[in-house]
Amino acid sequence: MFVKRRITVLAALAAVAPLALSACSGGNEPPAQPSGPVTLTWWHNGTTDPIKTVWEKVVADYQKAHPEVTIKAQPLQNEDFGTKVPLALQSAEPPDIYQSWGAGDLAGQITSGKVADITGDTKDWIEQATGKFGEKWQVDGKQYGVPFTQHFVGFWYRKDLFQSAGITTPPKTMDELNAAVTQLKAKGIAPISVGGKDRWPDAFYFNYFAIRECSTAVLQQSVKAVKLEDPCWTKAGQDLKNFLATEPFQTGFAGTPAQQGAGSSAGLVANGKAAMELQGDWEPGTMSSLTEDKDLDSKIGWFPFPTVAGGQGDPAAALGGGDGYACTTRAYKACTAFLQYLVSEPVQTELSAKGTGLPVNAVAAKALKTDVLRQVYDYGTKAPYLQMYFDRAFPTAVGAALNDAVANMFAGQGTPEGIVTAVNQAAAGNK
Amino acid sequence: MTTATTPVRTPERASAPAVTARKHRPGLRRRLELALLLGPALLLFFGFVLVPIGIAAFYSVFNWNGFGPLDDFVGFKNYSDAFGGTVFQSAIVHNLIIAGLSIVVQLPLSIGLALLLNRKLRGRAVLRALVFAPYVLSEAITAVIWSLMLQPNGFADQTLRAAGLGGLVHNWLADPGIVLYTMFAVITWKYIGFGIILLLAGLQGVPAELREAAALDGASAWQTTRHVVLPLLGPTIRIWIFLSVIGSLQLFDVVWIMTTGGPANASTTMATYLIDHGFKRYEFGFGSAVAVILFVICFVFALLYQRFALRRDTQGALTRMVG
Repeated sequence: MFVKRRITVLAALAAVAPLALSACSGGNEPPAQPSGPVTLTWWHNGTTDPIKTVWEKVVADYQKAHPEVTIKAQPLQNEDFGTKVPLALQSAEPPDIYQSWGAGDLAGQITSGKVADITGDTKDWIEQATGKFGEKWQVDGKQYGVPFTQHFVGFWYRKDLFQSAGITTPPKTMDELNAAVTQLKAKGIAPISVGGKDRWPDAFYFNYFAIRECSTAVLQQSVKAVKLEDPCWTKAGQDLKNFLATEPFQTGFAGTPAQQGAGSSAGLVANGKAAMELQGDWEPGTMSSLTEDKDLDSKIGWFPFPTVAGGQGDPAAALGGGDGYACTTRAYKACTAFLQYLVSEPVQTELSAKGTGLPVNAVAAKALKTDVLRQVYDYGTKAPYLQMYFDRAFPTAVGAALNDAVANMFAGQGTPEGIVTAVNQAAAGNK
Repeated sequence: MTTATTPVRTPERASAPAVTARKHRPGLRRRLELALLLGPALLLFFGFVLVPIGIAAFYSVFNWNGFGPLDDFVGFKNYSDAFGGTVFQSAIVHNLIIAGLSIVVQLPLSIGLALLLNRKLRGRAVLRALVFAPYVLSEAITAVIWSLMLQPNGFADQTLRAAGLGGLVHNWLADPGIVLYTMFAVITWKYIGFGIILLLAGLQGVPAELREAAALDGASAWQTTRHVVLPLLGPTIRIWIFLSVIGSLQLFDVVWIMTTGGPANASTTMATYLIDHGFKRYEFGFGSAVAVILFVICFVFALLYQRFALRRDTQGALTRMVG
């Protein structure tokens, strides 16, 4: 009995000791970096090919070149990051590298004190490797992450369906888009598919109307202040309401998922059941897995979101975002060195060539697989202003409130003013 | 509904050895025995039930995004925000509608089918297996299958049209006025088998002599069912209602996968609202408050139901046991 109890006490001490030690090391100073061999845990969302294989190769190559570094990659479902990252950042041992989409989410994560400020370790190369885009992973001027691919949103359309409806050139203005919708409907073709169940595809429409209606200065100021005051925001909501009134979407769009199955919005376009969809550059990859059509690439074209008459926004401004990684403090130097490798020419070229996204490093753009992807890349990188999706740009709760308000309007409820109010209310901390 | 693991009749079992054990002197051996038998369960219960409830209650009085220190104490603001919000109010209403519909629709349906399957008929075993099959599927798989079948022009629509019922085709998942009832239909499909099995078990406890006596006294089939079988099924029905209501209040998986609570919050339940705010918006304090509310509602219902509806059954059981 006696012996046993002592063992229990020892076990308890052993269990508590690391906690106590880690508590001591938690301060404002970045912790001393581990010397000698280091193992990095890497949480990424590359659970399926092609990116899965690319990351496996990246890990193997990097370990070969840096024998002192071991990388333990842990692919997680994309949807799991929302729940796993906050919990991990509360724990004593968060992953050393984790997927981050920058901006608002990242700003929230930083308050955990576990995310490393890597400004000093990235300043020599990040601008050269990622251009201005890397700034989206800054919070208050400090670098907290590094993007490895960028995304731009626009209309993906089926050339064959456009042709059969007699549409010769892709719409450039909202009037032309409305006309195209009418022509397609007359042919009995669902003009546009949207994944309303997932809500974020709905938000793309409001986002783009806002980018067209609001000047760049207003957009920047509103995102920074997390407050929508300029009347252009309400106008964007009104534009959306008017557009919805033309009933451009497929039957039952409010219940359609964006990417799962042939009945999803991407699947409908892939199988010729709808003529276009407003989506990111990942769309061709999503579509190819949802159809038997091996010749899909040749049937698909792309055009930017149309211009809106009278809007204050730059007609060439683009909506987008990107994928990146953030480092936690334990081994941030080793992490940053790895991130530098991810944005280097060989890895970026590999990512582009395998069709996993648009590279952040301009030297890799020529490796993009199709002309249409090069078109999207050129449009996005030449855009005078890139607005990050508002649900990422705003703090998480505000972004979700915006998506919900827009989705409600898609479901036939709510007003343009209601969207603005929902955002401002969420920003003020009201539920 | 979702299987609430509440073995209502355990007290009788637990009390029996306790009575006999009291006669012995409490020795080391007995203490060890108790610790060995109760310890692991208590530890798990404490660590995975009581502690999380306590922690959730603690978080719920803070405005906290899940990161950093808990330093923004807001008292009961999260609770008043939840009850004051129209979305959460409608979520509660949705849960109550599902619970109400379960009792009004699922219960008679289960009883009817159970009575039918209790009779000697050809292929009874196969039929029993068939109605029970959906219950074996996980909720996630059920939800995915039904999402596919309920797509516009999907299997459900095509079947209706083929049967000449094209007029019944609706936007099952996209129409805010219908989606909640679609959810209910899917849940019914999934859980009806459970109710039937439960009631079939209950029916085995109805002595054949009683039916025989009723028949000899000239009771019709309906009279026998109404006045002999149903009253004796009472305990089973009451347990089924208990499980069903608790399951309805906690409804989550099917809704989350099929609609995420949409469109326009038309199918939001308390649990989807909780996850939406807690994990999608990083409002962990607020989410915890909602979790506590959900817990209290279920707990109060469980206590009241045990006190007023189940007491007769459990007491009856105890009396039989002691006598």
